[in-house]
Amino acid sequence: MNKKQKNLMYRLIASALMMIVLHFLPIRGILRFVLYMIPYLTIGYDVLRKAFKGIMNRQPFDECFLMAVATIGAMALAVTKSGDYTEAVAVMFFYQLGEFFQMVAVGKSRKNITELMDIRPDHANLLTEEGIEVVDPDEVEVGSVIVVNPGEKIALDGVVIEGSSSLNTAALTGESIPRDVSEGSEVISGCINMSGVLKIRTSKEFEESTASKILDLVENASSRKSRSENFISKFARYYTPIVVYSALALGIGMPLIRILFLAADPMWGQWIYRALTFLVISCPCALVISIPLTFFAGIGGAGRAGVLVKGSNYLELLSKAGTVVFDKTGTLTRGSFEVGGIHHSDMEDAELLRLAAYVESASSHPISKSLVKAHGLEIEREKVTDIEEISGKGVKGLVDGRHVAAGNEKLMKDMGIDYRPCSHPGTVVHMAVDGRYAGHILISDLPKDKSARAIDKLKKLGISRIVMLTGDMNSAAEYVAAELGIDEVYSELLPGDKVGMLEKIMDDNGQKAQNRPSIFVGDGINDAPVLTRADIGIAMGALGSDAAIEAADVVLMDDDPTHVAVAISIARKCMRIVYENIYFSIGVKILCLILGAFGIAGMWLAIFADVGVMVIAVLNAIRALFVSGKKISK
Amino acid sequence: MKKTYVIDVDCANCANKMEEATKNTQGVKDAVVNFMTLKMKVEFEEGADPAEVMPRVLENCKKVESDCSIEF
Repeated sequence: MNKKQKNLMYRLIASALMMIVLHFLPIRGILRFVLYMIPYLTIGYDVLRKAFKGIMNRQPFDECFLMAVATIGAMALAVTKSGDYTEAVAVMFFYQLGEFFQMVAVGKSRKNITELMDIRPDHANLLTEEGIEVVDPDEVEVGSVIVVNPGEKIALDGVVIEGSSSLNTAALTGESIPRDVSEGSEVISGCINMSGVLKIRTSKEFEESTASKILDLVENASSRKSRSENFISKFARYYTPIVVYSALALGIGMPLIRILFLAADPMWGQWIYRALTFLVISCPCALVISIPLTFFAGIGGAGRAGVLVKGSNYLELLSKAGTVVFDKTGTLTRGSFEVGGIHHSDMEDAELLRLAAYVESASSHPISKSLVKAHGLEIEREKVTDIEEISGKGVKGLVDGRHVAAGNEKLMKDMGIDYRPCSHPGTVVHMAVDGRYAGHILISDLPKDKSARAIDKLKKLGISRIVMLTGDMNSAAEYVAAELGIDEVYSELLPGDKVGMLEKIMDDNGQKAQNRPSIFVGDGINDAPVLTRADIGIAMGALGSDAAIEAADVVLMDDDPTHVAVAISIARKCMRIVYENIYFSIGVKILCLILGAFGIAGMWLAIFADVGVMVIAVLNAIRALFVSGKKISK
Repeated sequence: MKKTYVIDVDCANCANKMEEATKNTQGVKDAVVNFMTLKMKVEFEEGADPAEVMPRVLENCKKVESDCSIEF
């Protein structure tokens, strides 16, 4: 609890004690009034001051004003009629109790979120010639070497040059499984080093490092307001004045009508009391506090799950999404060429791969690189001789004294070798050894392990249209789509075509598009314009790409496509809570207002309704913090 | 020029009011108040001096939410 909260707590206790004592004191007249003013002012002085300041600044209609008028009115009635001061003090007391509760709840959830999002490293251990120097991460230059001890956060992005360890990336990605790193691994700032000492050569300045960028994103998250939030501020702007004037009509109008038209006793006291009750009930706290709080908790909860949402409006859009358009390469697939299969080979797969890797080892072609990578072992260069690269066809050479040729169908035809075509899509490297066909190696961009599950989850969420866009060849696209269960595919698109295609997809949705927004999911490479154009652009694993972070509305911190469904679920839960709170608070208010106007509900009920609704709404709002299905280990 | 300030405010709605008031202050181009982190990011207009603008921002914020503070 902070100072403000403690202060309020003491005032609540003090005034409660005073009220108990006063209850048993048989004092009458003016002294009784003065004595009751003490607890009243103890608990309510700041509300009165705020209400007064509000009037001075011509911002009169807020909840403090409502409370001030209602309690002062109740005091006045007590002086002139009943002598029951308890009611006015109680109203103020319970109002403040509600405020207190709200402050504590918000403080707790704030602490919760900020602790989990606490990825800002406070120092870096810079390795200098004199030894290790502890410095501010800001001062570390690119290319310096920093030492990260177990338990410390990695201060800057870089590459491990010495040591191995496992990293806790939970605060960054929501992923609780530690990531193993060793020499040569790229690491990002904000991860916590768990086991061994690491020496890291920094590749970015602190400002440009992942941790800074994420914090920047989180701190700017509230800049875009959702329609529900705007609705609430508008609602509060009209609602409070309407209530105040209705109360005036009730308190002054009704007695006047009774005098002028009914020739009856005006019953001023009763009508003014009803008007004051009306004011207390009408206090819009529950709404104006709980709706922004829900979004605040929703964005926080999403952040914990590795989904950064740039504003509450995107939560609202996400919850209604009807179409999800995926980019293929790097989003649904791994984005790197990998050996997808070795077919029709007489020799051991590993041996064929070794020969291919050796003969291709001198080439810088991506396919050659992926072969070398798949082989995985050191290339003994002296074993490869007479390498001859045949442009557009392949490579020939001597490996271990054997004639090895690796290339496409044209190379095989040129050499007069009878090859077997491959039935799988992808790039095929045919191999010939000593003039005989030795099988082929299929190189393809494989779908990520979790892609199929991601699509399945989206379908389960009721996303009716799932589309895949790609610049790849038709056959490769169809293959991946079939594998993942995507029905709609557009392939062989140039980067510039993707925006047009997305627009067409959005147009197809027609009138519904407004209510069923379209999501585009990309990895941020070459697709920034598409990310911008979509109703919601989701950049995936975009920690490295500034353009994507800038263009996207939602950033997934790792490259797991199932997080798209997670983001939608979080958004839906958040919106459900928002609507629950709106309907519940307005419903109870209207009911109580009617009861109050007819004199059935007194001020006691009014204040309980107000505080009770607020407490329930706040508790409900905080539910948005908890993201199901994702356990975060601290 | 952009600067970030630590603020204190009690409720999310009050934070929204502060943001609105700050945006409408002379010399401020744009402002974002984040209730979650209790931080305010202010983008100043070209040539505006933050040291001169910020007291005005605080004054305007106090008008809509007397119970707030900004550290600058």
